[in-house]
Amino acid sequence: MKTWKVLLVDDEVEFVSTLAERLGLRDLHVDVANSGEQALSQIEADPPSVVVLDVMMPGMSGFAVLERIKSMHPDIEVILLTGMGAANEGMAGLRQGAFDYLVKPLDLEELIQKIGEAMKKSAGRTRKHDGQ
Amino acid sequence: MNSEKHEQNLLARFMGIPEIGGPQRYAIIRRTFIVLMLLITVLPLLLMTVINYHQYRTVIKDEIMTPQKSLVNKTKHSFEVFLANRLATVRFISSAYSYNDLADEKKLNRVFQVLKREFQGFVDLGLINSSGIQVSYVGPYDLKGKSYADQEWFEQVKVNGVYVSDVFMGYRRFPHLVIAVQHYSDSGEFWVVRATIETRSIDQLIAAMGLDPQSDAFFLNQNGTFQTTSKFYGKVLDSCSECVPPVSHEPAVIEWKDPQGKEVLLTYAYLTRPEFILVLAKPKAEVLKVWYALRGDLLLVFVISVGIIVVVVLRLTRVLVDRIQLSDEKRELAYREMQHSHKLSSIGRLAAGVAHEINNPMAIINEKAGLMKDIIELRPDFPEKPKFLGLVQSITQSVDRCRTITHRLLGFARRMEVEIEVLDVNDVVKETAGFLEKEALHRNIGLTLLLAPDLPRIASDRGQLQQVFLNILNNAFAAVKDGGLVSITTWEKDLDAIGVTFQDNGIGMSEETMKHIFEPFFTTKKNSGTGLGMSITYGIIKKLGGDIDIQSKPGEGTRLVVFLPKKPKEQTRELG
Repeated sequence: MKTWKVLLVDDEVEFVSTLAERLGLRDLHVDVANSGEQALSQIEADPPSVVVLDVMMPGMSGFAVLERIKSMHPDIEVILLTGMGAANEGMAGLRQGAFDYLVKPLDLEELIQKIGEAMKKSAGRTRKHDGQ
Repeated sequence: MNSEKHEQNLLARFMGIPEIGGPQRYAIIRRTFIVLMLLITVLPLLLMTVINYHQYRTVIKDEIMTPQKSLVNKTKHSFEVFLANRLATVRFISSAYSYNDLADEKKLNRVFQVLKREFQGFVDLGLINSSGIQVSYVGPYDLKGKSYADQEWFEQVKVNGVYVSDVFMGYRRFPHLVIAVQHYSDSGEFWVVRATIETRSIDQLIAAMGLDPQSDAFFLNQNGTFQTTSKFYGKVLDSCSECVPPVSHEPAVIEWKDPQGKEVLLTYAYLTRPEFILVLAKPKAEVLKVWYALRGDLLLVFVISVGIIVVVVLRLTRVLVDRIQLSDEKRELAYREMQHSHKLSSIGRLAAGVAHEINNPMAIINEKAGLMKDIIELRPDFPEKPKFLGLVQSITQSVDRCRTITHRLLGFARRMEVEIEVLDVNDVVKETAGFLEKEALHRNIGLTLLLAPDLPRIASDRGQLQQVFLNILNNAFAAVKDGGLVSITTWEKDLDAIGVTFQDNGIGMSEETMKHIFEPFFTTKKNSGTGLGMSITYGIIKKLGGDIDIQSKPGEGTRLVVFLPKKPKEQTRELG
C-alpha cells in the first residue's frame, strides 16, 4: 500500500521547513529536500505522490529535476513554485509535464488545494495501473 | 570604416561644414551647396559666353569691316583712275602738240574745246614756258603773261614732272583742282601744260558709293581741309583737323567720336597723288547693328540660363538640405531612443533581480507568520490570542504589500520584452495609473478614470503603451498644483481606432512650447527633464500606427488625446 506523501523541494531551508510544518499541521505527510540531487535520491528511496518543486535553485535547477522525475516516475505529479512575474517559466514547466505552477509568496490554501487535485490525479492513474 | 570616415571629414572640411549641430550647421551646408553648385554651373557658362562673345565679335566685325574697306578701296581706285585719265590727257596734249602749236591761242582753244567735249570737268587750259610765264591761256580768267616762276607748284612740276593741286575755290565759286604736266622737247627745252578741273566729277564718284542717309564720305587733304563737301562735318575747304585719321598704307578702320559726340566708325584710305585721304564715316550703332543684336541675344540667353540655374539650385539645395536635416534628426532620435530604452532595460533587469531576491525572504516571512497563526489557532488556551492573531495578520498584510511592489517592478521589467498582443487598453490605463496612486494621494490630486466599459480590445504593445501613458501622466502630474485634477478617458473613435484622453487643469503650455513639444531635448523642466519623454512618446505612438493631438492654453490646463489603431499597421510588426 502506497503512502500519500508530498515532497517539498527548495534550497531555502527556513521556507521549506516552515511550510512542511504547516502542511503537517493540516494532516499531510510531508518530506523535505534542500536540493535537486537530494530530492532525486529521496524519490528513488521512497517515491512520493506529489512533489512541490522550486524552479530557482542553485546547482540542479527545478526544470532539470522535473525532467528527471517525469522520465523516471511519470506517475508523480509535480507542482512548480516560480518567482513572481515569471509566467513564462510556469508555462514552460507545464509543457514539460508539470501539474501546475504557483507563484511565491504562496497562498497556503491554494497550495493545499492544488496538492489535493494532484493527488487525485495521481491516485486515479495509479488505480488504472493497479487495475491492469 | 576609418578611411571612409576620414574621407567624409575631409569633404566636410573642404566644404566648410562644421561638426556642430543645430540649425546653424544646416544654414552653412545650404550656403556651401548653393555657392558650390552655382560656381560649377555658372562659371563654365560664363566662360563659354565670354569666349563666344569674343569670337563672334571678331568674326562679325571682320564681316562688317571688309565690305567697307573694299568700298573705300574701290572709290579710291576710281578716283585714281579718274585723275590718271585727266593727267594722261593733259600729258598727251603736251606731247602731241609742239610748243608753237600750244602757244597759238586759236589752236589751243580748238584743243580745249575738244577736250571739254570729250572729257568732262575741264575748266581751262594753258601753256607755261620754262621761265614760268603763262604763254597762252584758254579759260575764264585773263592769265596770259602771268608769271608762276616763284610759285611752289611750278617748282614741284619741275622736280616731279607732274603736279596735282589741292582743291581751291575758283571760278564762279566752284571748287577746282589744278593738274600740270611738264614736257621736254627733243632740243632739251621744257614747257608745262596746266589745266583746271571742276571737282563735281569727284562728287559723282562719292555719290556712286551708294551710301545710306546716316553715312558720309569725303576727301580730305593731309592738313584736314575738306576736298569735297561732307554731309555732316563741313563744306569743301572747311578745316577739320581732328577728322584726319592716322596714316595707313592699307584701307583701315578706326572708331572715332565725331564733334557732335556720336560714335562713328571711320573707314579710310590714303592716296599718294594727290596726297588726299578718302574717308567713309558710318555711325557705329548702324554698322554694328547685327553685332549688337547678337550680343543682346547672347546676354539674354546667359541671363535666362543663370536665372534658371539659380532657381533650380536654390530649390534643389532646399530639398536636399531639408532631407539631410530630416534624416539627421531621425537618426539622432533613433539613437536617443535606443539609449533611453537601453537605460530602461537595464533598470528593468535590475528591478527583476531585486524583485526575485526579495521574493524569497518574503516567502519565508509569509510562511513563518502563517505557522505562527496556525499554532495560535490550534491552541485554544493561547494567551492573548486575538492580539497575536492581529499581529500575525498585519505581518501577512505587509507581505502582501511587498508582493504588490515586486509585482509592479517585474511588470516594469516585462515591458522591455516587446510584443504585439491583443489587450484591453482600460487594463493598461488602470495599471499605469496605479503607479501614480501614491503620488496622487500625497499631493491630493484627483485622478479620475473614465473608462468606456465596452471599449474594444486592440492589438498593440502593452509595455510601450504603459510607457506612453506613464510619460503623459508624469507630465500631467508635473503640470498640476497640489489638489489639482487629472482625468483619463477612454473611448471608441471609429471603426478603426480608439482614443485615450488625458485632461488636466495644470499650468498649460504656450503656443511656442506646443510647437516644440515633440522635439527631442526640448524641456520646460530646466533641471530635472531630459527633454526626451514626449519625443519618445510621439515616436512610440507613431510606431504603433497611432496619432497624438494636443490642445493647451497657459493657465487653463492641457488636453492630450492619443489615438490608437485597433489593428497595428504592417510596419508595426517590425517594432522592437
